[in-house]
Amino acid sequence: MGGRRVRIGVTVFPGSNCDRDALYGVERMGAEPVELWHADPDLKGVDAVIVPGGFSYGDYLRPGAIARFTKVMGSLEEFAKEGGPILGVCNGFQVLTEAHLLPGALLRNTHMRFVCDRVSVRVETTGTPWTAALAPGEELTLPVAHNEGNYFADPETLARLEDEGRVVLRYLENPNGSANDIAGVCNEGRNVVGVMPHPERVSDPALGSDEGLRILRSVLVGAGV
Amino acid sequence: MKVRVLVRPKAGILDPQGEAVRSALPALGFGGVKTVHVGRLIELELESADEVDAMCRRLLSNPTIEEYEWEVVA
Repeated sequence: MGGRRVRIGVTVFPGSNCDRDALYGVERMGAEPVELWHADPDLKGVDAVIVPGGFSYGDYLRPGAIARFTKVMGSLEEFAKEGGPILGVCNGFQVLTEAHLLPGALLRNTHMRFVCDRVSVRVETTGTPWTAALAPGEELTLPVAHNEGNYFADPETLARLEDEGRVVLRYLENPNGSANDIAGVCNEGRNVVGVMPHPERVSDPALGSDEGLRILRSVLVGAGV
Repeated sequence: MKVRVLVRPKAGILDPQGEAVRSALPALGFGGVKTVHVGRLIELELESADEVDAMCRRLLSNPTIEEYEWEVVA
């Protein structure tokens, strides 16, 4: 790409609260962070997009339900169809399931408590832009912080996800009741990935770890950008 | 007119909220409650009910995990 700095967009909805962390993570991975405001359909020529965590629209109705109908999401649906790499983190994962860019839904944690912890996850596939630079079976320690992280899909969908190797991350110890210990999945085209753990919150040793950068940096390899 | 929409978890889908309420009832001395399901009641005031079904499918409920019913109440 002739030395051009890779541009990575981060969507910002009212109530997003991990957008700054994601922008910082993008800076740390050596790419150019680009803020994508929810009311602006212009994706500003970015090479990849992160839909960050938080409580978009106060989680009203259902987490992600309102954010899904914003202008930026309309453009993101087109971007996804064209094969553009998208990573949804936590609330971003919820937004992507509501938008039907990813299968299934995130239900309330079975124990009815907000879970805020560091968890170990296993990389189940390197066949996505966001895991391409990792080793299959590799284990990462990442923070989780969510109330609705209990992944649900009907049995046929779950079987398909497993058969097609579309479970991206799996918990070693299930923190929320998620089906098949699923912490992240990808779409059929494998360019859209949703994960509950927060790689952007561990993007600097000053924050305790920079393991999350390994996921973010993968996109530089995985998307060929 | 007024339309009342009832959204609830699909049968068979784990409903931790309902389960939490169910387990709290005996603590207050209410016995004999076998199951509790917690849903959501949405009231709409509108000109015509023609598009209520579409609203339910596209926004008011998530068909992956919820079912809905609605009725004209006034």
